[in-house]
Amino acid sequence: MEIVGIIITGIGVLFLMLGNFGVFRLPDVYNRIQAGTKCTTFGTFFTIIGVGIMQPDWFWKCLLIAVFVLVTNPISSHAIARASKKIGVELCERSVVDKTTFFNEYKEPK
Amino acid sequence: MNGTIIIIFLAMIGLGFIFSILRMLLGPTASDRAVAMDTITTTVVALLVLLGFVFERYVYLDVSLVYSLLAFVGLVALARYMEKGI
Repeated sequence: MEIVGIIITGIGVLFLMLGNFGVFRLPDVYNRIQAGTKCTTFGTFFTIIGVGIMQPDWFWKCLLIAVFVLVTNPISSHAIARASKKIGVELCERSVVDKTTFFNEYKEPK
Repeated sequence: MNGTIIIIFLAMIGLGFIFSILRMLLGPTASDRAVAMDTITTTVVALLVLLGFVFERYVYLDVSLVYSLLAFVGLVALARYMEKGI
């Protein structure tokens, strides 16, 4: 049972490192949001579940923390992406398509 | 658990922190710094649970839960501030 926990924790830690490296590497704000949110959500979930498998007394609280991160992390990243689109952060030059042009004529309701 | 494996795991998480802190230092806009902050706080939640397993302290799980809640509220407030001001 401990070997399974070590393997799952190793997968999670590897994804955490790759997500942080993607935040440094990618050329644009929106690409960085994608790398920094998807990889760290997956990595945090697997790391905490792996610790809960290695230490069976802690499993339910570990599951609670993992589900909380799994729910709240996409909400905060969506808020940051929406804010950076509305204040007019440019896409990088190699972008192909941008389907959110309706934000340019967005007016506040009176 | 073997000591070498846990040192390798902590070294990989520390290597990830170096990349995110570099992005936070030289990011062009404020949104880049907010994204790096989001990534660092989510990584710290996993790191606290892993350190609680290493030191065999049950209290670190409570610290991790409260830290993730405060990080979520802080990031939503920061995005709201960047969008239209307080």
